[in-house]
Amino acid sequence: MKVKVLCRNPDDYVRETTKDIQRVPRNYDPSLHPFEIPREFTRALNATKLERVFAKPFLASLDGHRDGVNCMAKHPASLSTLLSGSCDGEVKMWNLTKRECTRTLQAHEGFVRGMCTRFCGTSFFTVGDDKTIKQWKMEAPSYGEEEEPLTTILGKAVYTGIDHHWKEGIFATCGQQVDIWDEQKSSPIRTFSWGVDSFNSVRFNPVETHLLASCASDRSIVLYDMREATPLKKVIMKLRSNTLCWNPMEAFNFTCANEDYNLYSFDMRRLDVPKVVHMDHVSAVLDLDYSPTGMEFVSASFDKTVRIFPKDSGRSREVYHTKRMQHVICVKWSPDNKYILTGSDEMNIRLWKANASEKLGVLSPREKAAMNYNQKLKDKFQHHPQVRRIARHRHLPKPVYSQSKELRVMKEARRRKERNVHKHSKPGSVPLVTEKEKHVLTVVK
Amino acid sequence: MSLSECNVHLKAASCFCMWVKFSKSLTVAETVEDEDEKESFKADDTVISASEDEGGSDDERKHRKLLDAISSLGGKKRRKLAERSEASAQISEFSVSAEGAGEKITLSDLIGTIEKTSVISKTKKQLKNLKNRHDTLELPLSRQQTEKIQREVAYGKTSKEVSSWQGVVVRNQKAEQLVFPLNQEPSGPKPVEQMVTGWKAQTPLEQEIFNLLHMNKQPLHDPVLTPTEEASLKAMSLEEAKIRRAELQKVRALQSYYEAKAKREKKIKSKKYHKVLNKAKRKEFLKQFEEMRKTDPAAALEQLQKMELGRMQERMSLKHQNSGKWAKSRAIMAKYDNEARKAMQQQLEVNKELTQKLAVPSDSEDEEGPEEEAPALPDFVNEAEPADATNPWMMGKLTVEAPEPGEGSDTEPPAGGFQEQENPEDGAEEEEVTEEEALLRQFEERRKLRQTQNGGQDVVPGEKEGEVAEIVNEGDAVGVVEISDNDDDDEEVEDEVSEFNSLFQKLAEKEQVAVIEEATTNNAGAESCEEPALLEEGLTRLRSLEDMDLLSQDVSIETGEPAVQSSVTAASEETAIPQLKKKKKNMIDCNEVLTKEAKVIKIHIAPTAIEEEEENEEEQKMIIKEAFAGDDVISDFLKDKKKLEAAGKPKVVDLTLPGWGEWGGLGLKPSRKKRRRFCVKADPPPPRRDQNLPSVIISEKRNSSIAMHQVSQLPFPFESPEQFESCIRTPIGNTWNTQRTVQKLTAPKVITQMGAIIEPITKEDFMKGKTLATTRKQPDIIDFLPRWFKPEMEMNK
Repeated sequence: MKVKVLCRNPDDYVRETTKDIQRVPRNYDPSLHPFEIPREFTRALNATKLERVFAKPFLASLDGHRDGVNCMAKHPASLSTLLSGSCDGEVKMWNLTKRECTRTLQAHEGFVRGMCTRFCGTSFFTVGDDKTIKQWKMEAPSYGEEEEPLTTILGKAVYTGIDHHWKEGIFATCGQQVDIWDEQKSSPIRTFSWGVDSFNSVRFNPVETHLLASCASDRSIVLYDMREATPLKKVIMKLRSNTLCWNPMEAFNFTCANEDYNLYSFDMRRLDVPKVVHMDHVSAVLDLDYSPTGMEFVSASFDKTVRIFPKDSGRSREVYHTKRMQHVICVKWSPDNKYILTGSDEMNIRLWKANASEKLGVLSPREKAAMNYNQKLKDKFQHHPQVRRIARHRHLPKPVYSQSKELRVMKEARRRKERNVHKHSKPGSVPLVTEKEKHVLTVVK
Repeated sequence: MSLSECNVHLKAASCFCMWVKFSKSLTVAETVEDEDEKESFKADDTVISASEDEGGSDDERKHRKLLDAISSLGGKKRRKLAERSEASAQISEFSVSAEGAGEKITLSDLIGTIEKTSVISKTKKQLKNLKNRHDTLELPLSRQQTEKIQREVAYGKTSKEVSSWQGVVVRNQKAEQLVFPLNQEPSGPKPVEQMVTGWKAQTPLEQEIFNLLHMNKQPLHDPVLTPTEEASLKAMSLEEAKIRRAELQKVRALQSYYEAKAKREKKIKSKKYHKVLNKAKRKEFLKQFEEMRKTDPAAALEQLQKMELGRMQERMSLKHQNSGKWAKSRAIMAKYDNEARKAMQQQLEVNKELTQKLAVPSDSEDEEGPEEEAPALPDFVNEAEPADATNPWMMGKLTVEAPEPGEGSDTEPPAGGFQEQENPEDGAEEEEVTEEEALLRQFEERRKLRQTQNGGQDVVPGEKEGEVAEIVNEGDAVGVVEISDNDDDDEEVEDEVSEFNSLFQKLAEKEQVAVIEEATTNNAGAESCEEPALLEEGLTRLRSLEDMDLLSQDVSIETGEPAVQSSVTAASEETAIPQLKKKKKNMIDCNEVLTKEAKVIKIHIAPTAIEEEEENEEEQKMIIKEAFAGDDVISDFLKDKKKLEAAGKPKVVDLTLPGWGEWGGLGLKPSRKKRRRFCVKADPPPPRRDQNLPSVIISEKRNSSIAMHQVSQLPFPFESPEQFESCIRTPIGNTWNTQRTVQKLTAPKVITQMGAIIEPITKEDFMKGKTLATTRKQPDIIDFLPRWFKPEMEMNK
């Protein structure tokens, strides 16, 4: 038998210490608090404005390279460690918290084309223009010891990219063909080639770890299964893809950075049409990296900007640029989802916040609550023109701005022409092609 | 070269060679014949062996011979060719003649010479068969094609494999909140044992303690849980426990409800209620007993004995024998008080019932009737008409039975005969519903009879409608015998009848007199025809007067109707209610009754259908006409505009309060002066923008200053403006909501832990999410390290 009695818990109205804020019993009668929507709207507007006021994403610039930064690699176990390889064959290891270089080694003659870390973080691999694959220890050599690679494999042709398996001691390189290597062996355990002679990049799937994909210079993206003897499928696009990146939370989705200023998100089960076309860059996209949560990705472009795209959105939510940053060649999203690292032509590595207006450091619970509330308000009123206008406002470098305007005009003209052609031709003779369908030429089985 | 041709040739050759057989002098020209002959004699030898036997001379010659032999097979033409060609041409390096360059040598060419040897003929046959078969192996596919197929297969396999993530991806997309890293350790204190695994017992005391622990199977190191704890952990995870707790809670609640209900029921003082309850229980018990009798005779016997014992006890005791204190007081009152008398009688009835010898189970059904009836009857009598006409029981009865005041005057069926008719029907047990009907019908008839006999009948005041239900319920079990009982004591029945009388009277009165009259006139002769008309008129009123007319006229169509009409006679009723038979037995559903009626309606609607169609066409025309004729758009527009203008004008506000400064009250109005004084006239609105534009309506509602702040298009995820508006309307701030609600409403979509590395999703996460409740791993020491250290440790191992 349930007995119901009136009870009053002192915890509800007595504060624990005198330092606490007095608990104030509140009356939530809506008639006492009128104008909910206007008040919340004002709060949302203010929050949006403050967000723009506090949007200062640039954190630090790491300088030390003597040539353009060509590639970077994240440490799988340490947030503060970053590896970067430059066009003069130098590899540097950085401590991000101290913002200083901890180690420098001359890895290759010529470019360091690609680098990757072993999944455990004990060593890393580099490939360079000198046709070698080198494995290096993560720890710096002790005093008096010479900087020497653990292993060196001399290949027949230049390797342009490398990526390590996420769970096993296997890595893949690309160049004239895609090779799968066992760490213990000096010759590839598997070689894939499919009528192409040069590949730009190769990436392992972080979820289904035996899958990998590569971009080739014949404008194709090729999928492989490490266990199979042949490649799986190839999709040929209108222009060449520079790199691609798998979504770390969705096994079958990947995004590729294309020369035609766009990025394309594909579902590997449906290669004929990209899921989303991400447009905003005004020059070739050179690199991209997914956020570890798989919700967004960051892309680096030849137009000297870095953009952040939500994975489902065709437009970027953020654009980063500085006056001194030149063509951004490589970009990485830090594994704690907080920072973005970019390496650019003018020898610098830059550290950005992934969320431009985020307050760094520990937040007090009230701060956190206020932040959450503001975020929610911004989301709630994001469609209102006043709020949207402020939230979307970004300053762009002049060339990018004018170029994007120009592109818009061109696009509009093209669209108009297409529409007119469609309108004035025999019905059915000119099919309407959607933006998504336009960019894929064929899928080769 | 055909085989038959060759054979003919060979036969001729063999004839020739009969006499040459023993002479060893062989010419080159004869060689072939000779060989053939040899073979024909040596049935067992193969071709090769024969040639070997022959081969006494040198190789070249042999070869030549063979070639000749082969060439000779071709017939004349070939031989000629051979003669013409050069020797070198005939002997090629591959030991096959190159002669007849274009032609092929077929198998039959080589073997055809062999004749009729049993073994060889067998092989020949096989070869022939082989030749006839056409399913040859195809060429292996080209490398490109093979690879393509391989690729497609591999791709299909991989994409299928990858598709297993689809569910996870969709779930994450829909998730309200995602917390990264995915496989986080549960927060909270950890057992001390895990934290101090490296520690070892050193002092004697410690060792002693450890020994003790060992004795008790207490774990010291890695698996810090005792076997029992492990088992319990395995048995129930947190979620399971939650589910279990919820279940228990629910059970407890249900129990408390049940208790409360029982208490409430116990508190009810109404005797009637308890009587009904007891009766129901008894009935239930009997039913069970009946079942038991069939399924488990032994138990039934036991039960029977128990019942017998109860009966004996009852007989022995003075209970229910009107000998108690209460009974005595009642007896005193009985002289004056009707009810007291009844109560006493009732008690006696109970006694009678309880002491009734149990019948043989086979006819228990029939027997039970009177047993139960006995106590039931008095209630019945006491009861009066329920005022509630909405009672489904009544409705059901009435619609089936169609009470008609006029009927009584017309007919009075002999009661006995009626029952005789009823009996066979009731014998069929399935028709409990019909039994009730029959019972009620009988009452009805008696009521009518009484009405005719004496117009005014004293009516016992009504009590409860529930009583009626009770009666009907009884009727279920009582069956025929009850009716016969009724017959026996007529007076009692008459009481009942009077009751029912009043019960249905109101309803009957409501009926249209005209209809009744008509029905009676139409069906004056046969009573069987009477009832249906009444039936249909009954509360359902599914037909009108006209329909009635039609009904009487269309005799031909009425072939289906007698079933309904003759509801008074039981036999015909049986045919009428086949549908009912299958339906629920106890409850009479209004709808069922309605369906019955609907059948009738269908019949006489049928002929009018064509007319209706015609009408429909006309209607259609009219509709079209209407649609296009009254298309006075302009005047409509003007009207609309005027309406809008009128709506836009401010209204006069009357602030007059009655009673101030003068008398107020019902029927008094404030004075004109006052009204004039307190009426507030608003200022005229600004002129409408479409004032001077006769053909335009400009909406004044739109406010450009607000439009700036309004959302022009419906944003993506929303499906309707209302949805969006409601979303905007709900405030989320702590000004309007409690703290907890605010926390819930403002929970961020993605939560990341500061300084934690977010690993890509793995199969384990996905599996964990799937079967979190079932598979809970033992806490492993390694798990306490951050996840990204694990691989390294493995490496070090």
